[in-house]
Amino acid sequence: MLVLQAVIDGILIGGFYALMAAGLTLVFGVMEIVNFAQGILVVLGAYLSYALYSHLNIDPFLGLLITLPAMFLVGVVIYWTMIKPIRKDRVIMSLLTMFAVGTVIEGVLDLVFTSNLVETTTSYVNSSVQIGSLIFPEIYLYSFAMAVVLLSALYWLLYRTKFGRNLRAAMQNPTAARMVGIDIDRLSAFTLGIGVSLAAAGGMVFGSTNSFDAASSYDLISRLLAIVILGGFGSVGGALVASIVMLVIEDVVAVVWSPTWGQTTFYMVLILVLLLRPQGLFGRTAVRAQ
Amino acid sequence: MSVIQVTDLKKSYGGIRALAGCSMTFEDKAINGLIGPNGSGKTTLFNVITGYETADSGRVSLRDRDITNAKPDFVFAQGVGRTFQITRIFPQLTVLQNVHVAAQRQGFAAQARGWDSAAERERAMEVLDFVGLARLAPEIAGDLSYGQQKLLEFATITMAGPSVILLDEPAGGVNPSLLRHISDRIRALNSEGVTFIIVEHDMEFVMRLCDHVLVMRQGSALTSGAPEQVRSDPAVLEAYLGTEPREGR
Amino acid sequence: MTTTQIAQVGAAAPEHIPYRPPRGVRYGATAGLLVLLIAFPLMFPNPTVTSIAVFTMIYLVAAIGWNIFSGFSGYISIGHAAYYGIGQYTVALIIIHAGLPGGWDTFALLPAAGLVAALLSIPIGWLLLRVRKHTFIVLTIAVMFILQLLAFNLTDFTKGSGGVTLPFPTWTGNFFNMPFYYVGLLCAVVAGAVAWWVRRSKFGLGLFAIRDDEERARGLGIKVTRTKLIAYAASAFFVGIAGGLYAPFVGSVYPQFGFDPNFDLAIAVLVFVGGIGTLSGPVLGALVLIPLQQYFYLQFGNGNLYLVAYGVLFILILRLLPGGIVPGVTNAWRARLVARARARLDGAGRTEASDAGRKARA
Repeated sequence: MLVLQAVIDGILIGGFYALMAAGLTLVFGVMEIVNFAQGILVVLGAYLSYALYSHLNIDPFLGLLITLPAMFLVGVVIYWTMIKPIRKDRVIMSLLTMFAVGTVIEGVLDLVFTSNLVETTTSYVNSSVQIGSLIFPEIYLYSFAMAVVLLSALYWLLYRTKFGRNLRAAMQNPTAARMVGIDIDRLSAFTLGIGVSLAAAGGMVFGSTNSFDAASSYDLISRLLAIVILGGFGSVGGALVASIVMLVIEDVVAVVWSPTWGQTTFYMVLILVLLLRPQGLFGRTAVRAQ
Repeated sequence: MSVIQVTDLKKSYGGIRALAGCSMTFEDKAINGLIGPNGSGKTTLFNVITGYETADSGRVSLRDRDITNAKPDFVFAQGVGRTFQITRIFPQLTVLQNVHVAAQRQGFAAQARGWDSAAERERAMEVLDFVGLARLAPEIAGDLSYGQQKLLEFATITMAGPSVILLDEPAGGVNPSLLRHISDRIRALNSEGVTFIIVEHDMEFVMRLCDHVLVMRQGSALTSGAPEQVRSDPAVLEAYLGTEPREGR
Repeated sequence: MTTTQIAQVGAAAPEHIPYRPPRGVRYGATAGLLVLLIAFPLMFPNPTVTSIAVFTMIYLVAAIGWNIFSGFSGYISIGHAAYYGIGQYTVALIIIHAGLPGGWDTFALLPAAGLVAALLSIPIGWLLLRVRKHTFIVLTIAVMFILQLLAFNLTDFTKGSGGVTLPFPTWTGNFFNMPFYYVGLLCAVVAGAVAWWVRRSKFGLGLFAIRDDEERARGLGIKVTRTKLIAYAASAFFVGIAGGLYAPFVGSVYPQFGFDPNFDLAIAVLVFVGGIGTLSGPVLGALVLIPLQQYFYLQFGNGNLYLVAYGVLFILILRLLPGGIVPGVTNAWRARLVARARARLDGAGRTEASDAGRKARA
């Protein structure tokens, strides 16, 4: 039935949204900065994958071998040039700075690629697997698999490596972390790099399943922020759950009611949750006042 | 006569028990000192009393009136003012404006009038003069030295005429002459009927100034009494110096 | 940052160097600027120029209004385009449904635009102001996009993506821009007066205290939620009026230009550049940046170079001079006066300085 199909779609799409949202929430958790540029960075990743495919015929998934490290570097550079120098009022200033950086990137992308809508249409974008009356588009299956792989890698990184332990320590108490010798700057740069490369991975899928231009970033960043607020700033697990829940709700509403209302419910749910629980679903409540 | 009484207060942060069934009584019209080793829960107790944090369980009463888990502005309206361990002032406002923030006005229309009303200004300058900052009234508070900011914070809460003042480490990072100045001001206000509860580490300061000393340890009350009594209490010494080495953390 | 020679308590006090120019200078400059602005279109009646001037007035009203909330309270809203759009749609829909002709009647609707925006801002603000500052900033954008989506989707009400087209005013030709300009200027003067009054009121002091240390402000008896909400509604009022001016001037209302993220960007940048939280900052920012922006748009036509330019400008200001130009200049000027006073103090000796201190009370 249609609703079941919508749920399946929501779960599959929620998978790669979780990638982009995880990048966003991880960065906030470690550095307390809201990466407002995440939307446009997704679009940048989408353009990169698109360019590699349409000009060099490199399959987008393979192209990730190039785009992921490249975007990782972009994240590191952004951290060192834009974030690290901020001294006062880190949270607000970095938020506004990332907003500005995102604007610049959007302007540049628009100048380079113009506002023509493009899409990375590989051969498998339009084919799908059918089980019973349910349709599973191939691209979403691959992207879901990729999301699982990448998120598992992230989990392994966070919970099974020394780096991850340092990162989680920094998330809980940056001052104490610094005092035990953790290089917060290097850690932060690395984290932003990870966040941005996750955006690139999501961007590749986004670019394959939507026609996009630079202005698509607005819708993206609004959704990603809504997801992260719902899941709680800093909670990767929360971002995962929230991504899937939100996308499922959107798709079900779109099917049951209408596609246009599907988009709005996204925000309505956000407002409802905020009314009841201002810290989101999984957010950390106010830290002990000092 | 008790002014503030806390009964069996409990407060935990995750696995850390900041207050573990704390019960104590602070004497009215006296200068109460609250001491205890680091981590004994003194600041948490302050935060809970003044509403900046909520207790998990237990009771806080102000002159027999239950104020458990009341909001900070309510507690303030009941006449209880406090300072903070890390001095908090309004850095972008002038010294005079800082004090004026605490001036209370009733009614909506009153908010619309200029902040610098004649009557309030007179009282504000009085208060600033009392702490010795009158000359610095037009300076931006952020430009003041640390000790001056401490005095400003103190002055600001006296503006509203509280009957109880909680001071969180007023001697922290302050030179001896300024400390004497602060002690004088505390005694002067106390003689006008203001009750004080002072958290401090500086033993000399506490012993010289306070009428009544309460000791905390690991989130609950250990003992209380006159300064001399407390000072020579072996249990207090043990709390500060620790017991056998094997119990070290 | 800047220090006068602060004496220890009990020692001789140096002279107090004021933080602002003397009252005469300030009032004189304001009056002079006003005269200039009134005379401007009469001196440069070229329609292209006056058209830019109208846009400048619109953004000026919005910037002053925005600053009353975001500047004075420290809660940066990058979604005030929500109220810009509400203002536009309010005026447009009233005109269409009441069958009003274009022209002077549309100006009478400006207060309505402001009021509707302010009324709607109250529940929105109440919801938004419950969260911490960084979440607040994010939510303002979310709200803006919700409204944009609603504008696109509620086609029965807003005519959706087709937009609302307004009748032309009765005046045309070279004179076209004049009424818009002067009404806009009037609105800007009102907005400026309100901002000035807020700043000197007890209410405003509470707002500034919230900006510096919200929790402590609450602890000292300030009704924080109420104060923030009132400021929020006031700012929505003026941004709504700006929208109400824009709609009849441009002649149409579309969801993406009513609820326009570029508007948010422009307002934030120009107020930050001028000096956020100050009275003259938004004025400086609007009077300098909007003509520049419009001029470049007309010369080079490419709308999105503007994104790059604004973005880079924003980054530079945030990095180099986050307080903005007005405070930057004022502080630099004051630092020189302080240095001179210090030199005098060192040269003349302490007793003379304390005499000077007693005499020179600003």
